[in-house]
Amino acid sequence: MVNNEIGLQFSGVSHSYGAVQVLNDVNLSVPAGSITCLLGPSGCGKTTFLRLSAGLESLQRGEIFFDGEKVSDANSSVAPEIRGVGLMFQDYMLFPHLSVLENVRFGLGGLSVGEQVKKAKLALEQVGMAEFRSYFPHMLSGGEQQRVALARAIAPRPKILLLDEPFSGLDQHLRKSLRSDTLHLLQELGTTALMVTHDPEEALLMGDRIAIMRTGEVLQEGTGADLYSRPTNAFCATFLGETLEYRAYAQSVSVDTPFGPVEVKKELIGGEVRVLVRPEAITFGSENSGLGVNSMFVSGTLTELKEVGPSRKVTLKLHGSGFEIRLLSSWRGFPEVGCEVGMVIDSSMMFVFPAVEG
Amino acid sequence: MLLAGILCLPTVVIFSHLFIPMEEVWRHLVDTVLVRYITNTVFLALGVGLIGLTVGTLTGWLSANFEFPGQRLFHWALLLPLAVPTYATAFSYGGLCEFSGPIQTTLRDIFDWNKGDYWFPEMRSIGGAIFVMSFVLYPYVYLLGRTAFVGQARNYDESARVLGRSSEGILKDISFPLARPSLIAGLALMLMEALSDFGAVQYLAVDTFTTGVYRTWFALGSPEGAARLASMLLLIIFLILLVEHRSRGQAKYYQVTGRSHLKEKVALAGLKGIIATFICSIPVFFGFILPTGYLLFLSFPAWEIMVVGSFFEHLLNSFSLATLTSFLAMTFALFLIYSSRLGAGPLNTMLYRIVSLGYGFPGSVIAIGVLIPMAWLDYRIDDFMRNAFGISTGLIFTGGIVVVVFAYLVRFMALGLHSLQSSMESLTPNLDAAAQTLGANWRRRLSMVHMPLITGGLLTGALLVFVDVMKELPATLILRPFNYDTLAVKAYELASDEALAAASCYAVTIVVVGLIPIILISRSVETSGSYVTKARYEDG
Repeated sequence: MVNNEIGLQFSGVSHSYGAVQVLNDVNLSVPAGSITCLLGPSGCGKTTFLRLSAGLESLQRGEIFFDGEKVSDANSSVAPEIRGVGLMFQDYMLFPHLSVLENVRFGLGGLSVGEQVKKAKLALEQVGMAEFRSYFPHMLSGGEQQRVALARAIAPRPKILLLDEPFSGLDQHLRKSLRSDTLHLLQELGTTALMVTHDPEEALLMGDRIAIMRTGEVLQEGTGADLYSRPTNAFCATFLGETLEYRAYAQSVSVDTPFGPVEVKKELIGGEVRVLVRPEAITFGSENSGLGVNSMFVSGTLTELKEVGPSRKVTLKLHGSGFEIRLLSSWRGFPEVGCEVGMVIDSSMMFVFPAVEG
Repeated sequence: MLLAGILCLPTVVIFSHLFIPMEEVWRHLVDTVLVRYITNTVFLALGVGLIGLTVGTLTGWLSANFEFPGQRLFHWALLLPLAVPTYATAFSYGGLCEFSGPIQTTLRDIFDWNKGDYWFPEMRSIGGAIFVMSFVLYPYVYLLGRTAFVGQARNYDESARVLGRSSEGILKDISFPLARPSLIAGLALMLMEALSDFGAVQYLAVDTFTTGVYRTWFALGSPEGAARLASMLLLIIFLILLVEHRSRGQAKYYQVTGRSHLKEKVALAGLKGIIATFICSIPVFFGFILPTGYLLFLSFPAWEIMVVGSFFEHLLNSFSLATLTSFLAMTFALFLIYSSRLGAGPLNTMLYRIVSLGYGFPGSVIAIGVLIPMAWLDYRIDDFMRNAFGISTGLIFTGGIVVVVFAYLVRFMALGLHSLQSSMESLTPNLDAAAQTLGANWRRRLSMVHMPLITGGLLTGALLVFVDVMKELPATLILRPFNYDTLAVKAYELASDEALAAASCYAVTIVVVGLIPIILISRSVETSGSYVTKARYEDG
C-alpha cells in the first residue's frame, strides 16, 4: 500500500499568531497512501498544521505540496474549496439543518444529483451508516456522528484527508472499535491521511508513521516502532510510553545506575543525564545466570503490592542503591511484601539523554 | 465599508457642530433656554433613574428568586410597558389627570369639590414626565437584572451560606454586586431612552434637549443651533455609554461558568407572597393596564376613525416604511456581518461599533444629522444640474422618504445587526471550514449553510426594526415629506390638538404592533442558554 511517492509535504513552514510563534521551520513528508499521526500535547501547533494543510490559514513562510504540486507558499495559495482536502473535526461539524445523506452529498457539488446520491450512499455504506441516511445529526449518537463525518470527508475522494482528534469526543469502548474501523477503511481506500492526536496509544495504533511535535517543532518522525524503541530525545521517550527515570552525573563513558552501568555518548560527559527505562525492559523472577549481551541483573525488596485489574502495581527498593521504582506489571509470580525479587533489565530499552535538552 | 461609513455620517456631522463657532442664535439660546434644558434633562435623568432602577431591580429580583401568586404571569407582564411608546402613555396620563379628565371629575363628584378646593398633581410637569417614563422604561432594568439574578449559580449562594453569611448578608454582598453590571446596563438603556424621548416631554410641556432641538430648528429656523444642542445631548449620551461600557467590562469577571446549577426558587407563602404580588402589580398597573386601558376606553367610541380611508393611508405609510427599513437594515446587516466573517479588517470592527451606537441616539438628533448633509448634497446636485444643463432638480433626497428611511437605518440598524450577529456567532467558524474543505465557495456557504441556520436571527432582527420604526416619532416628524403622515405622527398631532379620543385609536394600533417583540423577548428570556450548536473554537 505505501509507496515511495510523497502525498503531503511541508517544507520550512513557520507560522505565528501575532507575537506567538506556533510553527517553527517545520519539515514533514507524508508518504502517499499512508497514515501519519501528528502527536503532541495541546498547544504544540498541531491544529495550525492541519489548518495550513487545508488552506484555512494563509501560509506565512515555507511551502506546502500535495502529490508533488505546490499548493501554498507565502505569496499564493490554492483556495480550500478547490484544494481537494477532506477535513474531519473533533466535534464533527455536521450541518445541523441537513440530513445525513445531504451532509454527505454536500461535498459532491460538481456531479449530477443521481451520481451524488449514489456516491453518498456508497460512502455511508462504507462507514456502516447507510440506514441512517434520512436522520438529522441531532438524532445521532456521538459515534454515529463520527461515522457520518468520516463518510462526508471521504465521499469526494480527497487527495489528502486531515483528521483533527477524530476520536476524542467518544467514550473508551466506542473509541477502540471506531479506531479500528476507520483504520481499515482508510487502508482500503488507500487515502493519504494526516491525523492529529494527543493520545500516544492512538498514534501507535493508527499511524504508519508518527511525527511528535512540541512547541511548534517536529522533534522526531518515523514509524511507531522506531520512535518507541529508539527515541532521539527525552520528550519523545516519555511522551510515547511509561518510563522509569534516574538522574546521574556523567563522569565517563559509563555511568553507574541502580539498574547497572549504561554507556553514555562522549558529548554528554561532564553533565547531568536522565536515564530512562521502559517498564517492559524489566523481566521479573529471573536468576542471575545465563544473561544475554544486553541484559543486566538487579534484585530488590518488594515494599508494596496491589492488584489493579489484570495487573499489579508494585513498588520495589533496589538493592545496593536503595533506589525505589514503582510500576505496573502483569507478572503473576510476585511473592509477599518484604520478600526479595530478582529481575533482568534489557539495556536496549534504556535511553540516556542530557538532563537539559537544547 | 462605504455603507458603514455613510451610516456614521450623521454622528460625525452632529459632533462637528460642537466646535463650529456660532453667532447670536446660540447666544440667544444660552440666554433664554439652555439652563432650563439642562436642569430639566438632569432632573429627568435623576428621577427616572432612581424610580426606574428601584422598580426594575426589585421586580427583577423577586421574579428571579421567588415563587409567589401570579409569578409566572408577572414574568412577562412586567415587560408589557415596553410595548407602549412613551408618548402614548403620556397622552393617556395627560387625559386621565387633566381637570376635565375622569379622575378629577370623579373626585369632584364624590366630594362635591370645586375648582381650587383641592390639590391635584399636575401631569404636565417634570414630575409627571418622570412618573410616566419611570413606569414605561423600568423593564430595561427588570429584564437585564432578572437575567443576571437567574444566571447566578446556586453555588455562590451555597458557598456563602457555608461561609456563615445570613440571607440578608448574601443579598448585600453576593447577589447585588454580582448583578450590578447588568443593572447598570439596564439603567443606561433606560436613561438613553428617557433622554431620547421627544413625544412625551413635548406633550407634557417639559423642555429638554430633544424638544429644544425641534424648536430651534422649526421655530428659530436655525439648523446650526439645533445641531449644537443635539451635539450636547450626544455628549451626555456618550457619557452614559462610557459608564455602561465600563460596567460591562467588569461583567466578564462575574460571568458564571456552568449553567448546571441554577438556583431553585424559594416559595413565598402567605403574607410575604401577597406583598410580592402587590409590589409586582404596581408597575404593571401604572405602566400598562391603566394607561393602555384608558386609551382603549377612549378609542372605543371613536372606532369609526379606524375604518375611514385616511387611517388606512397612515397605517399603510407606517407599514411600508417599516417594511422597507427592516428589509434594508437586514440586507445591510447581513452584508456587514458576512464580510466580517469572511475576514475583513479591523476597520470593519470599528465601523460596526459606530453603527451600533446609532441606537443610543435620539431620533431628533439623528434627523438633524441626516438632514444637514442631505440638504447640502441636494443643493450641490441642483447647482450642478443648473449650471451644466440648465435644469433644476429641486430637492431630491430631503423632500422624499429616502431621507426618512436613511434616518431610520442610522437609528435602528443596530437592532438588526446585533440580532443577526448573535445568531451568526453561535455558529462556530469550524462549520465554515468544514463547508469550505468540502468545496463550497462563499456563495454556496452562505446559501446552503449560513442562511438556513440564521433565519431565526434574521427574522427577529427584521421584526425588532419593524416595530421600532412603527413607533418612531421625532425623526419622522422632522423628516417626513409634506403631508405624509404615519400612525405615530398622527397620534402625536391629534393628541397635541387635544383630540385624545382620535389619537388613542392610533396609539392603540401602535401598542398592538409593539406587543409582538415583547412576546418574543419574554420567550427568549425563558429559553436563553439552550443553544444547540456548540460555539467551540480551539487552536492548537
